[in-house]
Amino acid sequence: MCNSIIQVEVIIPTQTKYLDLIGSIGEHIAKELDEFSGDREALAYHLNLVLTEATVNAIKHGILTNPEDTVRITIHIQENELNIKVYDHGQGFDLESVPIPDFEHPKEGGMGIFFIRTLMDSVTYTRQGDCNVLEIIKYLS
Amino acid sequence: MNLNLEKINGCTVLFIKEERIDAHNSGELKEAVLHLIEQGEVNIIVQLERVRFIDSSGLGALLSGYKNAAAKSGKLALANMQQQVLSMFELTRLNRVFDIYADLNEAFDSET
Repeated sequence: MCNSIIQVEVIIPTQTKYLDLIGSIGEHIAKELDEFSGDREALAYHLNLVLTEATVNAIKHGILTNPEDTVRITIHIQENELNIKVYDHGQGFDLESVPIPDFEHPKEGGMGIFFIRTLMDSVTYTRQGDCNVLEIIKYLS
Repeated sequence: MNLNLEKINGCTVLFIKEERIDAHNSGELKEAVLHLIEQGEVNIIVQLERVRFIDSSGLGALLSGYKNAAAKSGKLALANMQQQVLSMFELTRLNRVFDIYADLNEAFDSET
């Protein structure tokens, strides 16, 4: 059980040079979860990866409609739930229609959502006002 | 992206001198490998000792290199991978596509 509350909010320009910053925040948070009993190194990598993939996704969608756009990322940990939200202002996409990669005939793209789905416990993508929100939940117990 | 190229034992070895391969620098890696292949260097070992993080675009860049080398009857292999990076290849089954060596000596023994 992790009873401490952590809340982080970061707003970045739609530039990939900030991916390292966002991923590193996830990695540091994983290392701060004193009461997490699982594989901390693996969780650190997974949070780094999931935040990186989700942010790239939002950057790509946001930049199409407005190159001056920003991406907002929130990370909220309460009790045993880690909640990540990534907001973009793009046209959005249908998360359910993103296929599972064809492992027999691997392609260069299309693995980002697969990583998020595989490594986390819940993923949704919804329209909220003028934003799209990719919400990712990981249970820490 | 910080890359070093060396010819060792007749093999072209591309050392990646970055801790992180992500969507910010994977395009550069892809272009660098493609450039090598266009120059006729179709047997390449990518040395990943320094790399502690790779995302889907990084995997894609290496897969692109693999496919382009194979199209010219060459091969792109990987060496010195850290465990967490290797786990991303396992998750995507790309460990079944690439030849992955523990170190350069093992790669040279197998490739020559």
